[in-house]
Amino acid sequence: MSRKVTRRKFMAATAAGAALATFKFPAPAIAQSAPFKLGLLTVKTGPLAQGGIQMEQGVLTYLKEKNNTFGGRKVEFFSADTGGSPAGTKTKVQELVERDKVDAILGPLAAFELLAITDYIAENKTPMLSLAGAEDITQRRPNPYFLRPSATSAQAMHPMADFAAKELKLKRIVTVSEDFAFGHEQMGGFQETFENAGGKIVAKIWPPLVTPDYTPFVAQIADCDGVCQGFAGSNPLRFMKTYASAGMKYPVVSGETGGDDALLRIMGDEFLGMYSCCPYTLDLANDSNKRFVAAMQKDYGVDPGFYAAGLYVATQVVDEGLKANGGKSDDRAALTKAMRSVKLKDTPRGDLSFDQYGNVVGDFFIRQVAKEGGKYVNKTLKTYKNVSQFWTYDEKAFLARPVYSRNYPPVKS
Amino acid sequence: MSEIFSANNRLRFIALAIALVVLVSLPFWVSGIYYINVGSQILFFAVFALGLNILVGYAGLVSLGHAGLFGISAYATAYMLQQGFGHTSAILVALVIGVASMALFAVLSLRSSGIGFIMITLALGQILWGLAYRWISVTDGDNGIPVRGRPAPFGYSLTDPVNFYYASLIVFIVAVAMVFIFVRSPFGAALMGTRDQPRRMNALGYHVWMIRFYACLFSGLLTAVSAILFVYYTNFISPQTLSLTASAEVLLMVISGGPGTLLGPIVGATLVVVIKTVVSGFIERWNFLLGAIFVAIVILVPEGIVPGSIRLWRLITRKRAAAAPTTTTTERTP
Repeated sequence: MSRKVTRRKFMAATAAGAALATFKFPAPAIAQSAPFKLGLLTVKTGPLAQGGIQMEQGVLTYLKEKNNTFGGRKVEFFSADTGGSPAGTKTKVQELVERDKVDAILGPLAAFELLAITDYIAENKTPMLSLAGAEDITQRRPNPYFLRPSATSAQAMHPMADFAAKELKLKRIVTVSEDFAFGHEQMGGFQETFENAGGKIVAKIWPPLVTPDYTPFVAQIADCDGVCQGFAGSNPLRFMKTYASAGMKYPVVSGETGGDDALLRIMGDEFLGMYSCCPYTLDLANDSNKRFVAAMQKDYGVDPGFYAAGLYVATQVVDEGLKANGGKSDDRAALTKAMRSVKLKDTPRGDLSFDQYGNVVGDFFIRQVAKEGGKYVNKTLKTYKNVSQFWTYDEKAFLARPVYSRNYPPVKS
Repeated sequence: MSEIFSANNRLRFIALAIALVVLVSLPFWVSGIYYINVGSQILFFAVFALGLNILVGYAGLVSLGHAGLFGISAYATAYMLQQGFGHTSAILVALVIGVASMALFAVLSLRSSGIGFIMITLALGQILWGLAYRWISVTDGDNGIPVRGRPAPFGYSLTDPVNFYYASLIVFIVAVAMVFIFVRSPFGAALMGTRDQPRRMNALGYHVWMIRFYACLFSGLLTAVSAILFVYYTNFISPQTLSLTASAEVLLMVISGGPGTLLGPIVGATLVVVIKTVVSGFIERWNFLLGAIFVAIVILVPEGIVPGSIRLWRLITRKRAAAAPTTTTTERTP
């Protein structure tokens, strides 16, 4: 008796469920006043989280400044945490594209995350603006829906090498960097330009991304007059500590992650005198940067670094591109084209435009760490104007060479 | 015959039929391909968990290196495709390599059981992870190998999420049926015998090592199958897939759902995948939530969600049975 009741109840429940399921949500009418949907892929958990959280702060700062409105359209913002793994990035980009139906994506952070989703993005025709390295996405394997408003892995290293050879008069350098694409490409670019300027790379040392102790790697540094480090995340702090405590005195040069402004508040004296080249510098004295820095300090109590500034600028590019496209985002190819055609003057990194592959052409700053009033600062020494990803090389010749890698260019003995 | 169609079995049959209908009709009542993709993920991770459950649940051998095996098959598929081979040969090679490396794994780790087995599989898994990281000429290290395109069996392109879901569903149903038959076969009984009383089984003339070895091979096969689905799903493979966290995650699927049950790993896989993909979009501290759920499982249903719920259900019905003493007591199995 009791079982019959259960079954009847069950049938009723099933029927109700089926009835509910047939009610599909009505598709929203796409009108011009519909909100513009902006997605962000970032890393909020795990070892890369420090940069990832700054990325989100950069986007939010810009959105707040513009009162959440781009060219008359309200902006709906979706943030997703990839956890810093390629599989997680794939899941989250699907969430943004398939569920939230975003019009443009900012991020991801790391090159291996970008490599995992670049084909997917091209297939789904969603414009993506990332600060991840992965040179070839704007070079030999271009993605028509991709923009990089920050820098390729090697873009900051070309001017750094030029500066090291011509102004610091260094002759023999040992490079140390993490053993993944971003590190390989940074050091490849450094070597190319440094050797063209008459210098020599003595050795290239590759510690893994997760290295508990840098002592054995620091011990290999010898027979040189300078060191180039290309560490990312919080690794520069640990490397420089080990380097200083081993009594090393050679001058150190670095890229945008190795001397990131966001690291300043946790640096120690071991950083004093270190040079770095970055597409953003905290002390750039233009209106846009003053506004940005003040807002970041007010809302989050931190000095912005490369990650926050990179995403602030990326959001600005989306805004300007959307305006240039008349506020329309249905035709993704046209939107991407409009974004790639913007020429901005008032950004926290100064002048900015894009080349035909969607990579930035902009200013790069050589800075040196100094101490002012008990605080560490990156003091800008020299600005290289309008640097492209091809540096001074001919574009065709550059693309005909293999991509910078662990073994290219090879170390000459 | 009458026993098979007893009330209990009829109920089970109805539940099974409903589950099947729900799974098959999922793409029709779920709005948006995002949730269909989540469904595909649940299905192939459930196959992975079913494979591990053969060892953890039925053989009593806890492996902490299964993500390494999973990774071998995934890398084999990706590498073959990168070298220009077709989908069929890539899949076949991945299956063979997956099962062969499981055989090697088994030969090394079956020298012990219990803690020793855990430690050896942990070490082997870490070696494979290290290889994926540092054997750069094959795996391209941290950068991983991209996989372009998905196969199109019988003209149905799996690039379409709904088709991919059905492919995963077919594989999943076959896997469940295989495990169902396996567990109820004399061999399955012998395997559970080696779990509970290895010395007595030995005395009875069973070759305990060989039984465990075959169980490992079966587990390896399911792992390889799920890895192939995974690599086609993500279109990408990198060393993070082989990490210890990944091994622990699939072990958690098995343990939380209920080791040694058919339904347990499926429930566990659903739980972990849903929290990882769907809930993490709403809650920033989703790892914390996952941890809290596992703590709750350990406290409330230490034997796993599925056997735990059955126990709680029986507890309730027994109380009711005590109130109405006409119910038979023979249905209760030890």
